[in-house]
Amino acid sequence: MSFLSSLMNALPGAAAQGLAWGIMAIGVYITFRILDVADLTVDGSLATGGAVCVMLIRGGVNPWLALLCAMLAGMLAGLVTGLFHTRCGIPAILAGILTQLALYSINLRIMDSKANQALSVDKYPLLLSQRYVRELSLNNPLPLLLIFTAAVIAALYWFFGTEKGSSLRATGANPNMARAQGINTNSNIVLGLMLSNGLVALSGALLAQYQGSSDINMGRGAIVIGLAAVIIGEVIFGKVFANFGLKLFAVSIGAIIYYIVLQVVLQLGLNTNDLKLITALIVAVFLAIPYWKSKMFRHTAQAKKGGSKNA
Amino acid sequence: MLELKELYKTFNPGTINAKTALGGLSLTLRDGDFVTVIGGNGAGKSTMLNATAGTFFVDSGKVAIDGTDVTNLPEHKRAAFIGRVFQDPMMGTAPSMQIEENLALAARRGQKRGLAWGVTKAEKERYRKLLGDLGLGLESRLTTKVSTLSGGQRQALTLLMATLKRPKLLLLDEHTAALDPKTAAKVMELTDRIVREGQLTTLMITHNMRDAIQYGNRLIMLHEGRIILDITGEEKEQLTVPDLLEQFTKASGDEFANDRAILS
Repeated sequence: MSFLSSLMNALPGAAAQGLAWGIMAIGVYITFRILDVADLTVDGSLATGGAVCVMLIRGGVNPWLALLCAMLAGMLAGLVTGLFHTRCGIPAILAGILTQLALYSINLRIMDSKANQALSVDKYPLLLSQRYVRELSLNNPLPLLLIFTAAVIAALYWFFGTEKGSSLRATGANPNMARAQGINTNSNIVLGLMLSNGLVALSGALLAQYQGSSDINMGRGAIVIGLAAVIIGEVIFGKVFANFGLKLFAVSIGAIIYYIVLQVVLQLGLNTNDLKLITALIVAVFLAIPYWKSKMFRHTAQAKKGGSKNA
Repeated sequence: MLELKELYKTFNPGTINAKTALGGLSLTLRDGDFVTVIGGNGAGKSTMLNATAGTFFVDSGKVAIDGTDVTNLPEHKRAAFIGRVFQDPMMGTAPSMQIEENLALAARRGQKRGLAWGVTKAEKERYRKLLGDLGLGLESRLTTKVSTLSGGQRQALTLLMATLKRPKLLLLDEHTAALDPKTAAKVMELTDRIVREGQLTTLMITHNMRDAIQYGNRLIMLHEGRIILDITGEEKEQLTVPDLLEQFTKASGDEFANDRAILS
């Protein structure tokens, strides 16, 4: 009983974290699923978003404006990765790793050479805070996070339906075809990376306000959590959600489920230090399943062929 | 309409794998020419088409389309002039996108893509009609993903996409080679109809000698990156497959008979 009640107690917090990380995961969805690029910039740009947001609010800037600036900073990080990849011919994964590494230094500079900067909800007019997550009041962060998630999904649904957005989808689906139809695939990849990292940084900024601090390591493993959310969403809703907007919604739910499962295993007494190991293993298994399936299918297909020959 | 002048292209230059794919190839097409291109494996047929389309830049020479020098234009900019269908049915379409989305992408070839909606209502009606003309039953499946179509359906769709916005030049790279004979014949007929109706200037690579003779008003044969045979008009109409093989042997001093071309 105490297990259940403490789990219920932890649920609002897990939902809030899931929603905030969900926006990050939607960013990952753009690169990983739409552009077909694995972008590792996000581990750095998430922390950049948090750092920019916290430092600006501490400097007296309006929190809404701070969110916007954090997003722009993330887009800048995406631009750098994009240019490394398209202009310098560096493979996408390596380009992301380079930017991510560079961002570690840049984030420290943004945070005044401190690994951690606090942002107290008592001192600053924050948009959301962990403190009120179980309160039934206007201060509760959940409605705002829901609105953000809905706005992000609506904006992306619109954008990917436009001519430009369609050309972005084509770039990921078949770059040869895209170029033959006059689409500049390089500039589209850069645009997609900017869009993605802008969302990731926005997520970082929301998280920093939520937890009341930014941390140089807050983005470590972000890509894996993002992938986990994408994959959980696809596994559960892949068959029922065909609409693009719903698919993005599934990613967000995937992130929430991830954090709820996390709470459950923590309540069961799992060591916090082992979380990243478990997350990595789960994502590895889910990424491997389609590959295993295709191999198995090939074997059975071959067996059938051989069988008919012998008959 | 198309002018290729002294095109040279060597792949992997300076290595043991160096391969001269184009050795000073020149070709001029007049408006409305339908040229079939034949030649053995490695003769430079695809390289010629790809050099025209801008898949890569040539080492030297000049490519001009309708008087515009496009030698230094990247592939996506040249696409404003060019419609293409590839040998691999997977290559010409975006599989994870709907039929109408693919068509809408093609309808905007060479145009700036802005924030207007990607597929308009008026467009859908037009596509329904055009797909109906293909006679493949695709007109009722506008929102179907292209990944579910057969190879023949995809090539027909790609052909429609390549010509949806009238191209100054249509490039067909063995676009029926991956299809079964019956489907290949059907796509070939469709190609002929579309090219005639639109009076499109066309370059078509084929391994099928009969197709090469039957279709178009001009036939060129490539060997070692150069044009070794160029037959037009009445002379082409008189042509037979044995003629062609003999001409090839004479012109190149090579045995063409080993090539899979003789099989078709």
